[in-house]
Amino acid sequence: MIAEAGHYALVLALALALIQSFVPLIGARLRDPALMNVARSTALAQLLFVGASFIALVTLHVSSDFSVANVYENSHSMKPLIYKITGVWGNHEGSMLLWVSILALFGGLVAAFGNNLPLSLRAHVLSVQAWIASAFYLFILITSNPFLRIANPPIEGRDLNPVLQDIGLAVHPPMLYLGYVGFSISFSFAIAALIEGRIDAAWARWVRPWTLVAWIFLTLGIAMGSYWAYYELGWGGWWFWDPVENASLMPWLAGTALLHSALVMEKRNALKVWTILLSILTFSLSLLGTFLVRSGVITSVHAFANDPTRGVFILLILCLFIGGSLSLFAGRATSLKQGGLFAPISREGALVLNNLLLTVACAVVLFGTLYPLAMEVLADFKMSVGAPFYNLTFVPLFALLLLAVPFGPMLAWKRGDLLGVTQRLLAAGVAGLVVVAIVWAWTRGGSALAPLAIGLGVFVIAGVVTDLVERTGLFRLPFATTLHRARGLPRSAWGTAFAHAGLGIALIGIVCETTWNSEYIATMKPNDVAQVAGYDLKLDGLLERQGPNYREMVAQFQVSKGGEPLSVMTPSKRSFTTRGASTTEAALLTRGASQLYISLGDVTAEGAIAVRIYHKPFVLLIWWGPVLMAFGGVLSLSDRRLRVGAPKPARAKQRLQPAE
Amino acid sequence: MTLWFVFALMTVAAIFAVLWPLGRGGRDQNQGSEVTVYKDQLVEIEHDLAAGLIARPEAEAARVEISRRLLAADSSESALAPTSNLKWRRAAAVLALVGLPLLAAAIYVPLGSPALRDFPLAQRERGSGPGMAQSLENLVAQVEQHLEKNPTDGRGWNVLAPVLERLGRFDEAVRAYRNSITYNGESAERRSDLGEAIAAAAGGVVTADAKTEFERAHALDADDPKANYFLGLAAEQDGRKDDAANIWRALLAKAPADAPWRPLVQASLARVGGGGTMPALSNETIAASKDMNEGDRNAMVRSMVERLATRLKQNGDDVDGWLRLVRAYLVMGDRDKARGASTDARQAVANDSERLRQLNEGLKNLGLDG
Repeated sequence: MIAEAGHYALVLALALALIQSFVPLIGARLRDPALMNVARSTALAQLLFVGASFIALVTLHVSSDFSVANVYENSHSMKPLIYKITGVWGNHEGSMLLWVSILALFGGLVAAFGNNLPLSLRAHVLSVQAWIASAFYLFILITSNPFLRIANPPIEGRDLNPVLQDIGLAVHPPMLYLGYVGFSISFSFAIAALIEGRIDAAWARWVRPWTLVAWIFLTLGIAMGSYWAYYELGWGGWWFWDPVENASLMPWLAGTALLHSALVMEKRNALKVWTILLSILTFSLSLLGTFLVRSGVITSVHAFANDPTRGVFILLILCLFIGGSLSLFAGRATSLKQGGLFAPISREGALVLNNLLLTVACAVVLFGTLYPLAMEVLADFKMSVGAPFYNLTFVPLFALLLLAVPFGPMLAWKRGDLLGVTQRLLAAGVAGLVVVAIVWAWTRGGSALAPLAIGLGVFVIAGVVTDLVERTGLFRLPFATTLHRARGLPRSAWGTAFAHAGLGIALIGIVCETTWNSEYIATMKPNDVAQVAGYDLKLDGLLERQGPNYREMVAQFQVSKGGEPLSVMTPSKRSFTTRGASTTEAALLTRGASQLYISLGDVTAEGAIAVRIYHKPFVLLIWWGPVLMAFGGVLSLSDRRLRVGAPKPARAKQRLQPAE
Repeated sequence: MTLWFVFALMTVAAIFAVLWPLGRGGRDQNQGSEVTVYKDQLVEIEHDLAAGLIARPEAEAARVEISRRLLAADSSESALAPTSNLKWRRAAAVLALVGLPLLAAAIYVPLGSPALRDFPLAQRERGSGPGMAQSLENLVAQVEQHLEKNPTDGRGWNVLAPVLERLGRFDEAVRAYRNSITYNGESAERRSDLGEAIAAAAGGVVTADAKTEFERAHALDADDPKANYFLGLAAEQDGRKDDAANIWRALLAKAPADAPWRPLVQASLARVGGGGTMPALSNETIAASKDMNEGDRNAMVRSMVERLATRLKQNGDDVDGWLRLVRAYLVMGDRDKARGASTDARQAVANDSERLRQLNEGLKNLGLDG
């Protein structure tokens, strides 16, 4: 009964979404509040039904009901409870159900907490939201139904792909989807604004929290996914530029641009049309990401051609939404009122530069992702675009962006003073150069660009500190006043500071890891000692252990530095009988921000084992950076105040700081 | 019946969600507006000014800007007075009352399987199916569940392993025996049981893994009958018939007169010690099997050939074995496989010129020298 009730709940959600797609629109046209309010209750009911459907699927997975095909194919009765639950979204059908559940969640949130929205805007937003939802409900029910049954249930399931039986999977997809789907709200707002033909600073104020929430989750989701790849895939790499990763990076880049341009719009009533376009593009890229990951087009264009129903369906959704929204934009954008003006050198100008760089970077990634696919389709020629391409294109763009980051928050609104800001950033620049010199003198090894890049990271962080010092008047004013000012500083200003500093920290981590990472690859016998980056790792021996649904071979390493024992590391290889597959469980030892990393290869006939040991200096900074960025986002989100960008009056000559 | 009741309840809830706002007629008008946002922004400027975050001229400029927007918003908003349209509200209500259930039914009926009840694992284990086999499976499932929670219970693994082996779930039996050894400690008996399970999983071939286990068992207890028997079998399968005969003869000499496995060993000894040719896969065997019914014969031949192929994959030195395999494929009419096997054979003995010569000669005799 649970299975069928869950199935029926999904069908009802579709029916409700269809009603929600049209009735409120008609209501908005007729200005009938009752019809417009239908959007609200149907959105909440939709959330209720999809939620019930999702909970039903989780229950089925937990109770190992193999009469449901999806459970049979992706679960096993011996699997630990947590992986029974995470296995729900560890497969195509379940993850799509999670996708729409999150979509319904956002719709429900707008319905429940959108009291500050004008009625017609809320009706329009929820209608657009329901269009997206309807398309995806249909997609799930027709091509990827998780509730299909098997009449004669088998006694045991086929288990989940072992690589996915990991705590990282429990967290990563929901986060990523919260990000992807969260941008649907700003998309819906953009479409609603185009339909209504009205857009202003108030619009930006209403969209801001939703964009921020999506951005926070997407940031964390990408970081989480990268960390998962790092420790689970056994190669110690944390970013591979593969299409699945790019699919999540593109909406992030566009979303970051959107976040900044929406800021300009809220504070200064400028860049309105551009913000609308970015909202559309960001969600389009999210949809594209979903298409790339879910259609099988990435594994091979040919695999996609073999079972095209799913892929073609998503492609159809993609064309419908992207094409439709862009045509609507093309038709209506000219009728939108243009906003405030500003000088090229001003906070607005800096944010335009930020947008420009981010969108170009995004376009580069898009090109790198789609070009190989296009080549495969058109020329039947398989190629991959990897790190060298991005190093030549994406990296310089981002370096330029980082160079500009400290200037932005220090420029005044409307008309800024570049020279003055440069003077004030002098200290930060000097700090960066000093670090460059120190690193250069210290290492002498590795790439010549590495010290420069680290200097850039330090410059970004020092720039943030300079900005904070300026605003609070530290060293200039009595300490008590500084404290008072710091407390009075809007939390969004602190958020900006943290997010920008996170960027610098991540950059330093990336550079250190790629330049000074040392590795040791060898076949080791028990009692052999490996020496990596000053650490001695002695292989004590190999032992076998039995897990719930796997057998694992564990290698035990004694780690010591300078003869002083530090810790024991136990990397292992797990083999899963049901799928006949094995996974590598790397062992990690954290020392400050650096990590030792051991992963196991195959056992040779003589009882020796292939071992890869890495020392990764400051590798954790790569993920602390995004976490800091997300924290900045949370701070900014918690700032419920309205944002006003006070313009710098044209004639006023006094040097005053810009307001946040 | 309950299922349909639940469906009906859910449908009613969905319809209610559409009807409720229509019935309330949009009485609550707590909605935001642009005007509110701009008014709040003006208040915000006063706050910032008071806190010393912005200076007076800037605050003044901002105030002017926002006031301008406020006026514009105010004039455009007053034009939008709410209206109510009964005709459309009725249409929406009808859509919810009729359209929604119809649509839901139209989608659900072809996709769903309302006749199927749930089959959670816990329920199936309580024994719903008929027959002894089913209940044995259930018992196994229960023990497995117990062991999932207490994986270090050696006694449990001890009980489970032979049952799994009898049920033909050899891979799991191997795992269970391994665990039994891990948690109960090593003994000759357990080692040879594990070896037997590995051999069974490999279709009766004493693989290198299995042989290692038997050798360990033999080292622990030189008189362990099972280890000795299988070591003999391994020798036989490797083509060392004399060794096999010696092992089995020694085993019989030490065996008590009433040992239940005596006949088995004697029969095996007769097979190799009688000096007769290896029966497996000779032309006669295949010819004799022609008397069997089609299915049995095929199954038998195929299993024998597979066993031989598996063994050769592990130990490729046996030229005779390779020739037997190629011949078997030829007899079965599978020329491609025969050719594949001869290629494998050449690769396997490529390092040994004497054997390679023998092999090539033999293949020529079989008419396969391409």
